[in-house]
Amino acid sequence: MRAARRAPGARRLAGELVVVALLALYAVPVFWQVLTSLRPEAELLTLPPLLPSRLTWEHYRVVLAQSVMPRALLNSLGVSLCTTALAIALGVPAAYALARLPVPARGALMLAIVAGTAFPQIATVSPLYLLMRALGLRDTWTALVIANASFALPLVIWLLAGFLREIPPQLEEAGGLDGAGRVATFRWILLPLLAPGLASAALLTFLFSWNEFLFAYTFTATEASRTVPVALALFPGVFEVPWGDIAAASVMASLPPIALVVVLQRFLVRGLLAGALRE
Amino acid sequence: MTARQRAERREGLLYLAPALLVLGALTVYPSLWVIWLSLQRRIPIFGIERFEGVGNYRFLAADPRFWNAVEVTLVFAIASVALEVLLGVAVALALRGLGPLRRLALALLLLPWVLPAVVTAKMFEWLYHPSAGLVNFALGGREINWLGDPGLALPALIAADVWRTMPFVALLCYARLLGIPPDVYEAAQVDGAPRLAILTRITLPLLRPILLVAILFRALDALRAFDVMFVLTGGGPAGTTETLTVYAYRTLFQMLQLGLGSAVGVVVFALVMVVAWAYLRTLSRQGVIA
Repeated sequence: MRAARRAPGARRLAGELVVVALLALYAVPVFWQVLTSLRPEAELLTLPPLLPSRLTWEHYRVVLAQSVMPRALLNSLGVSLCTTALAIALGVPAAYALARLPVPARGALMLAIVAGTAFPQIATVSPLYLLMRALGLRDTWTALVIANASFALPLVIWLLAGFLREIPPQLEEAGGLDGAGRVATFRWILLPLLAPGLASAALLTFLFSWNEFLFAYTFTATEASRTVPVALALFPGVFEVPWGDIAAASVMASLPPIALVVVLQRFLVRGLLAGALRE
Repeated sequence: MTARQRAERREGLLYLAPALLVLGALTVYPSLWVIWLSLQRRIPIFGIERFEGVGNYRFLAADPRFWNAVEVTLVFAIASVALEVLLGVAVALALRGLGPLRRLALALLLLPWVLPAVVTAKMFEWLYHPSAGLVNFALGGREINWLGDPGLALPALIAADVWRTMPFVALLCYARLLGIPPDVYEAAQVDGAPRLAILTRITLPLLRPILLVAILFRALDALRAFDVMFVLTGGGPAGTTETLTVYAYRTLFQMLQLGLGSAVGVVVFALVMVVAWAYLRTLSRQGVIA
């Protein structure tokens, strides 16, 4: 710190560049996967040379035209959006009640909800499987949305209850004095203040649903509901492993979450920090 | 209790009811059900379904494959959490001094964390490829079979998991470091304390509470991790990377022994709940949960 402050601007910037370069080195596996996805088939299994002689979109073309990936992307998008919508729709009123209303046994409820975020999916997957089978929901989006809600809902409630408690209640009391009802006060006074927290909670829920594997792998049987991680895990190879196609498919699987995080980085950071601690 | 308070209470319960019903149906009910399942001998394809008491647990107690999975799970969790924390603290310290390039650095840091675990597993499978993998190339063109060698598969798996989750630890520590007021350091510098002493006497002690949270939070995830090992090694070679979660999954859905698999699931559940209990105690001691 001391050295950094004394150092002239150029040296400080050089130090920053070193840190960024090291982090870029750490992210090399990602860049390597991108490069692999653009490498001609014939050059895949020869290393060195490090760089391919030319770049090709062939692997992407194959994945888009011949694999279940396009359908899986649609399934993942649908399931993740529905899970997020469901968790927010049920989570907002619940978080509001826990943060603002004199609910009985609130401490115990909060504790149970935090414990809910720690539930191992492997322990609930067998009963949920029997449940989905009994309800005839196997191989549907509905099954995945319902199952994902089991981890999404506790997360959303906990995050939002925390964010709500950071907003001073006096603001709503003023609204209440003006004769506005609770719903109107929430809509016009609280909701705008809660919006960043809501964005964090929704973003994390979407990411976790997008990445979810165990439920999706267990409850799906065909491409009707197979999500991106399942399609990737089951990526078919006829005689040998199609590394280039797999690389292209994994880039496609990663683009939506990466795009979201690039655009909404500050909400992600805020949500992550709030999820593990509240200061 | 006034009429207004009673009304508010009723209103609160009304808002909570849908979420609690769903959570009850999706977490409480299945976790009771899984305990019930674990007390049965249940093999659907043979039409076997009968109550067996603790028979499944008695079988597990004498099952070498189960104890191997316990060992793999614990080694995996302890090693990956320890490495994540060491590396995460170092990265957080490096990030602390950043100015204009902060956003770029954070974006690069978060990149591994954002990728779906299945993508990470596929990516590392390719990186570890014996003849065309980048890892062997970087080691000077050796032909090490990382995922096929029983002695190397678990370390290779741990490396992939650490790569994926270290950014989370780094981010938590970084946020805590930003919260340390600069005058703490200025005072130390006025006293002429050497840098190492500042690190060990001031920075690390201030990081300790958040480190405890990060360790427990990550341990929870490591104990129930499934995607990375299932896709990267599938538990092999020779069961050297078979965690309890993979063993449970195989027993449930490949050997189709619903009762026995559920019993393994209950063991994971119990392990995770012990750590979760420690986590909640830490949080409430730090005043996070009112």
